[in-house]
Amino acid sequence: MFDVNQLRKDFPILSREVNGQPLVYLDNAATSQTPKQVVEVISDYYYRYNANIHRGVHKLSQEATDAYENARATIQKHFNAAYPHEIIFTAGTTESINCIASGYASILKKGDELLISALEHHSNIVPWQMLCEKTEALLRVIPMTHEGTLDMEAFDGLLNSNTKLVFVNHVSNALGTINPIQEIIEKAHTKGAKVLIDGAQASPHIKADVQALNVDYYVTSAHKLCGPTGVGMLYGKTELLQTLPPYQGGGEMIATVTFEKTIYADLPHKFEAGTPNISGGIAFGAALDYMNGIGFDTIAGYEAELLTYATSALEKIEGLKIYGEATEKTAVISFNVGSIHPYDIGSILDQMGIAVRTGHHCAQPIMDFYKIPGTVRVSFSFYNTFEEIDRLEAGIRKAVAMLQ
Amino acid sequence: MKTIEAIQEEIVEEFSLFDDWMQRYEYMIDLGKSLPLIAEEYKTDNHIIKGCQSKVWVHAQLEQDKLNFTADSDAIITKGIIAILIRAFSNQHPKDILAANTTFIDEIGLKEHLSPTRANGLVSMIKQIKMYAVAFQTQLN
Repeated sequence: MFDVNQLRKDFPILSREVNGQPLVYLDNAATSQTPKQVVEVISDYYYRYNANIHRGVHKLSQEATDAYENARATIQKHFNAAYPHEIIFTAGTTESINCIASGYASILKKGDELLISALEHHSNIVPWQMLCEKTEALLRVIPMTHEGTLDMEAFDGLLNSNTKLVFVNHVSNALGTINPIQEIIEKAHTKGAKVLIDGAQASPHIKADVQALNVDYYVTSAHKLCGPTGVGMLYGKTELLQTLPPYQGGGEMIATVTFEKTIYADLPHKFEAGTPNISGGIAFGAALDYMNGIGFDTIAGYEAELLTYATSALEKIEGLKIYGEATEKTAVISFNVGSIHPYDIGSILDQMGIAVRTGHHCAQPIMDFYKIPGTVRVSFSFYNTFEEIDRLEAGIRKAVAMLQ
Repeated sequence: MKTIEAIQEEIVEEFSLFDDWMQRYEYMIDLGKSLPLIAEEYKTDNHIIKGCQSKVWVHAQLEQDKLNFTADSDAIITKGIIAILIRAFSNQHPKDILAANTTFIDEIGLKEHLSPTRANGLVSMIKQIKMYAVAFQTQLN
């Protein structure tokens, strides 16, 4: 039985006050809050078995190694990867993307094409621009429609036999649009292109099955799904990860080292140079366990109710315009009210203890498309309540009254 | 002519009359409306202050030995903040502007706008005002 008030007790931060009022945290797309169960896993690691992994003969090192590798297996199971070694621990989505981009620097050549979507976060734009500068490959953009969805007809036209890689986010961070990644992956594969899906915004809401999707690379960050910051994952198909050169050199990633030649370690270690974020990796696994304990279907169902409730509450506010009206979207509402600057609304909401995001959300091309400086973005999680949405609505009304 | 310090004291006193944040913000919004507006010709990228989430343009002009500022922003609260700064620093000698401290910002409860992050441009605004002072001080020498 889903009981939001019971669940909220797992998140001590949700009961704190901000500016003298109970916190209403609606910036979940930027980072989610961390439940006690996950924080305790981190402290337990440091209090009981902090040790370096994969090399110690001693008991602590073995315990730490087991916990870390168990977390990898949890992540593998969650995303239904075929093998644990297909899950590479990284510092997060951005590093995962850079790891692939750096690998392709020696594979791409002039005349090759890369396709990205107009809905991307800067972290899924800039690494590819840098890659194209290096390799003289051509970066092409799948345009977006006014509803905030991808123009799939244009995608069909852009895809050709020179297309080597396609990058799309599973869910747009600025608008919440769920992209038709299954269709994109299938079509890209008919041209021999590989597909990387940025799952950072999708992972807290949707359980992706990488084998069913037949996706080549899938990346995400733990802190978006109740885990700690500074850790994330890169999923890649075995045969692809085997052919990619390593991202960074160092310890852990080698089999043998002589001054003449180094033989790289097998997967996943080839991509995990140096001592990793051990407690973070273990906590990533714990975060997935926590969310699976609630159940992703339950989470998606409840968040859909929150989104419907919030959308109809906000739509009643005069002059409020919602950006991103895809029929398939996660619990995100990006909006402006009349010509009021999003920063003004965000500042006033903050005074009332309501945390929202304002600005371009690291997706400037989307803001340019709508010709706006940015939006106010509210993003919900399963621990948000209908009462909080009422406070949000009242808060926006008050802000608008002050600012108009 | 009042000194920068005297003006700052005046501002702090005005803000101390408010007992809740709403009145403070409403006052700031009002102050924003009285901001000496920058001439349209100066609303160019050269005059934009980087580091603000909203757009802020500031222009400085030397009249005799006093520096006068005009500004604008696309966000109302930001306009209020810049109006407070301009009230404190406009029509002053560049060397006094350079010497002035800005702790009065804390005292009027705008501290949350002071954190040196990308989103909060108050630090950048103060820096820009001081940069203008440096530039014109060199001219005066």
